[in-house]
Order: sequence, then structure tokens, then C-alpha cells
Amino acid sequence: MFKILTNEKIAPAIYKMELEAPFVAKKAGAGQFVMIRIDENGERIPLTIAGHNDETIVIAYQTVGVTTHRLAGRKAGEYLLDVVGPLGHATEVKEFGTVCCIGGGVGIAELYPVTKAYSEAGNRLIVIIGARNKELVIFQDELRKVSDEIFITTDDGTAGEKGFVSDALKRLMAKGGKIDLVYAVGPALMMKAVSDMTKSGGIKTIVSLNTVLVDGTGMCGSCRIEVGGKTKFACVDGPEFDGHKVNFKELVFRQGLFKEQEKHACKIRGIGITKG
Amino acid sequence: MKKQNPKQRIKNFNEVALGMSLEEALKEASRCLVCKNARCSAKCPVEIDIPRFIKAIKDKAFNDAIKIIKEKNNLPGVCGRVCPQEDQCEGACILNKKGSPINIGALERFAADWELKNASRVTRYALRTEGAKVIVIGSGPAGLTCAGNLAKLGYKVTVFEALHAEGGVLVYGIPEFRLPKDIVKKEVDYLESLGVEFRKNFIVGKTATLKELFGQGYRAIFIGTGAGLPNFMNIPGENLNRVYSSNELLTRVNLMKAYLFPEYDTPVNIGKKVAVIGGGNTAMDSARVCLRLGAEKVYIVYRRSEKEMPAREEEIKNAKEEGIKFLTLTLPKRILGDDNYFVKGMECIKMELGEPDSSGRRRSVPVPGSEFILEADTVIVAVGQSPNPVFLNATPELKTGKWGRIEIDQETQATNIKGVYAGGDATAGEDTVIAAMGSGKRAAKAIDNYLKTKKLF
Repeated sequence: MFKILTNEKIAPAIYKMELEAPFVAKKAGAGQFVMIRIDENGERIPLTIAGHNDETIVIAYQTVGVTTHRLAGRKAGEYLLDVVGPLGHATEVKEFGTVCCIGGGVGIAELYPVTKAYSEAGNRLIVIIGARNKELVIFQDELRKVSDEIFITTDDGTAGEKGFVSDALKRLMAKGGKIDLVYAVGPALMMKAVSDMTKSGGIKTIVSLNTVLVDGTGMCGSCRIEVGGKTKFACVDGPEFDGHKVNFKELVFRQGLFKEQEKHACKIRGIGITKG
Repeated sequence: MKKQNPKQRIKNFNEVALGMSLEEALKEASRCLVCKNARCSAKCPVEIDIPRFIKAIKDKAFNDAIKIIKEKNNLPGVCGRVCPQEDQCEGACILNKKGSPINIGALERFAADWELKNASRVTRYALRTEGAKVIVIGSGPAGLTCAGNLAKLGYKVTVFEALHAEGGVLVYGIPEFRLPKDIVKKEVDYLESLGVEFRKNFIVGKTATLKELFGQGYRAIFIGTGAGLPNFMNIPGENLNRVYSSNELLTRVNLMKAYLFPEYDTPVNIGKKVAVIGGGNTAMDSARVCLRLGAEKVYIVYRRSEKEMPAREEEIKNAKEEGIKFLTLTLPKRILGDDNYFVKGMECIKMELGEPDSSGRRRSVPVPGSEFILEADTVIVAVGQSPNPVFLNATPELKTGKWGRIEIDQETQATNIKGVYAGGDATAGEDTVIAAMGSGKRAAKAIDNYLKTKKLF
């Protein structure tokens, strides 16, 4: 049993939860994830570790389906039945020079520990974060602290520049400043747009994939994805891959496998589905 | 032994084989010749004294029967159900010469079920608690056996399990209708009563490394991490939606209870026409699971003939009774998808048998020009598993061989690292539950010897 210390709504449909998980906290590295299960009837879902202290880990999630809605209903002092990790490879952190970290949607929370780690390794950090509107721009203060420059984009222009993260990246690249590495985490299409852009610019790009997982330990292959013409398991080979080699079209299709089931389960539980 | 009627059973996940009644068990036990040099016991990988427990059943001393079994076997409820007795005890039974061996598996199950129904745990062991601390990694059949045997010898055993439930392949792999999860739970409870401690949600290699665990005062380690990495065929279309590894299908259904969706949150998305690739027990399990999930047509697609199938005869029979269609001498070439990336069919080619290969099975070769499209909207790939790499990658000091299998001394199960032993599918590749148990038993004995010799006990 893993005690919930806090579970707060930080933006519409986005929550941040701090959990007691000493074994995971001790080992957690940037870019790694945990598998959680709420209770006996729950499914196992992956959540990226968005921060950790000595005995606790922080996870951020958007209420998109049954499990995340149920998670949002849990209060501080209650417990999650299962938390296991840290899983996946940790981000390769070293001195690259200038690193541009890009996050979209709830991926912004996942971007924080990675940006922090790059920053601590002596890199210059440019951060670009994007959301649909002002209210959905999260982790802004945290990210400011660990970056040298920060750009914000919103679809409707209510905060920062109107447009997408890829627009901001495009301008940045056009200015001709040297970028040695791009790291992107967020919706598949956002990561694709970023990767397409950096490919033509010849900038090495790491993306963190959010595939469907069951066990998270390489056992089932639910998370398989074509990378560089070969099938990889996101859970044990990733979750980070070379963005120029990922078959994003396949990623998008595979993320949709259980859409109908998810819709049905939400409907009978009276949960409205939030658009991702 | 009675079975659920095929028409009925394909609509539920309840156990197919219903077990022997008291009368049936007594009658069967009375047929046993109680051989002095029992060939059946000699063929049992965990050396159960079979004639003695059968005689106890005959004498209606059921309490003694289960005690005798448990002297050697910590998981009788499991073994009575899933052991390939035809190749072991029953195959060796002297009465098999006349084609009517004693149904030893059913009698073992009878004794185990009798204990569950009628007694609080009848088998008690005087436990010493001063024993050295030993770790078992993985709670599958190899790990459970090693843990149980060490506990009986007085060691303090901690079992680390990566998943949220104990049992390994017994809970994620074998379906409810062949091995009820309640039985596994009871066997685990029994080990707990022997003093074995279970730590779930703990991945050795991730949550802590082997080295760190040794640093915490553990004296010996048994690795039973299994063969949890699904193989694929490497044919085009394998990443399409509704192509599952048998591991994924079975884990969703068995461990996560997707057959009870949406009461349970884990979904599984199966269509109406399912092609299961493979000819082993896992392929049969997958096919029968799909039938129960509502598929209308389920095919087993196997590249050799039925004779070469590695599945138990009993399971092939069960599958056929339930209406599974067998497409033997058929090799999948590619899986075809629709515009939404879902499976719509599978291109196969007919095969014919040629010369035997290194495994002794006749090699199958394609018949030129015999390609055809099998209409299917779901494909299950059940072509074997390799050792799970999570632990191995984090433990490079451990010597591995072909396909990432841990190298061991065949007699003692010892690895190249002092005090570290390994068994089950992590060393042998895919084998039976009982073979894994045999290796766990050998390792327990060797660990006991090692710790006593080193005076670490």
C-alpha cells in the first residue's frame, strides 16, 4: 500500500499527486516511470515520475479515462494498492551544450525532472511549453528556475505566443542560435512535428513515448513500436527514443486500440471523456 | 474425471476439469499395485512418494495423503492440474503397458482439494527461525518451490516479485479455466505459513540491484525470473492493432481479469475471427481464451503437423472439443491491415514435412505457390518466450548463454557468481511447471549445502 500525501488539481483536468514510495524514490532518475494500480479492480497504468524526494515521488496526470478519473477522486491520506518502479531507462544526462526542452499538455510536468537534470549537468537550457490555453500552462515556475530561456505557446493565445510549440522552435532555429539537443515530451503529433523540424535542421532529438502498457517490464509487448525499422518495446528499450527514427503514425494508431472500450467504460460509470 | 460440457464451458471461465468425486478417487486408488520400486516416483521431478500417498487415499487417510505429497511438493493443487503426467508418473506407471495407467494427477488434485475443503492446514513444520537470510527472485513455480524447501530447512526466505500478485506464470499465463487463481493463492498462503515473506511490486535490477541485496545481509540468492519476453515472428504487419503476443492477451485476461471488463478496469479488444500462431500449450490457452471472450471462429495456425505440436494431448483435445479449428502445415507470411491499422487478414503459405531438424522434429518446408489469405480480425502470436532482460541487463556480472539464458551447473543450479543460483525458464528456456519446480528443488538443496559448508547457516 502506498500512501497518498497530496492530490491537487493544478489546472483543468490536470492533477499532481505526491506518494510515499521510498524504494522508488531512492532510485528514480529523470525520464523514468512507475506503474500504478489503484485497487483490486484497477488496471495497471504507467505514469512518468515528475519529481521525487527522499521518500516520495510526484506524478502528474490528466483525467482522460476511467483510471485517471478514479485517481482524481482519491484523497490525501488514502492509499494506492500498487506502485512499482522506477521503470524504463533514465535520460542520458551529460553536457551537450545548449539543450532545448519541449513539453506539451501534461507532458510539461514530465519535462521538469529532465530539464532540471540537463541544467545540473551544465547545459544551457531553452524551454518551450505549449498548451491549449492559459489555464493549462503548468509547472511554469518550476521550469523557470531550471532554464535560461522559456517560451510559452497557447493554441488560443491567452498566454505567451499564439500557436504551437513547433512554431516557437521554428523561430528559434531560424534565428540561428546553436541548439545541440532537442528533448520533446507530449502528444504524439507534437513530438512528430518537432522531430520533423529538427530532422531537416540536423539536430539530435530525443522523444519520450507514451504507449499503452500492461506490466511495464517487457513481458507483454503491448508497447511495441517501430523505431528505425525495428520493433522496440517502449517499456524496456525506452521510453525515450531517437525522434527521427520513431514511426509516429504507428504510435498514434496503436494509442487508439482501446478507444471504444474506454468510451464504454466511461459511459457506464458516468464519466465524461476529456479530449486529450 | 468429469469435465464441463464443451458447449457450456466456452461461455465461462470456470474450471473445465471438475476433479474426482470421493467414490471415483477411492476406486482409482484401489487400482494401484503399490509397486515396491515405483517407476512413477522415479519419473517425478520432485520425487513424490506416489504409491504411499495413493495407498493413504485408498485407506481414506486423506490427511496423511496430502502430508506425504507435501513432504516433496509445495504446490500439489497446481501440479495435480497442470503437470504433463502422461510424460512422467502416469507414463511410467506399470499399468500404462495395458493402456490404463493410474490417474495420478487427478488423485494428487483430489488430495490437495480435500485439504482446502476439509482442513485448516494439516501440514505443519517445526520451524527454526535462526536460519540465514536467503532471497528468491520471482514467485513462479521455480521460485515458490525453492522458497518452500528452504523455509522447511529453517531459512528466512524473502521472495521478490515484480508484479502485484504472486505466482508468476501460474497467475499471468495459465487461464482460470485450467488453473483457478484461488488455488495459486492458497498455495502461496501455505508458503507464508511456513515463514516465507513475499515482497510484491519489487523489481530486482530496478528497485534494487543484486549487489545491493547482498549488502543487506542476504547469504544466498535464487533467480527464478522466468521467460517473460514474448517472441514475435518478425513478419510484416505484426505491430497492427489487435495483434497480441500470447503473453499480452493472457496477462490482460488472467492477471488483470479483462474477461470481467468493465467491472475490472483492464480492457481487451478481440474481434470475431482469431488466428492463433503456434502449437504449444500457450497457443491452446490463447485460443480457448478468445473463444470465451466471444470470438466466433478461432484458428490454430501451426507450421508443422499436429503430431509435432508441443502442446499436451489433453489440451489439444480440449481445444478441439470446444470447436477450435486447426490449420496445420501452415506458415504465416504477413498480417494485413485496414486503413485504421487494424488486422483484416493474414497471408499464409502451406507447408510440407521434410527431414528431421536438430530437435528431432521434422522440418517443414513451404509449398511453392500455395499462398492464401486467412480472413481474421485478430492475431495472437504464441511462438515462445525468451528470458526477461530487465534483471539480466542490470546484472552484467551474471554469465548468460544462448538466447540470454543464465548459465548454470546442471546438478546444483549454481551460476558463475558465488552464492547465486538460478532455475526455471530463466535458465532452461520454456519448459513445464514441474520442470521449473524440479530446478527450484535442486537449487534449495545446493543452497543448503553451500551455506552449511560455509558455516553461514
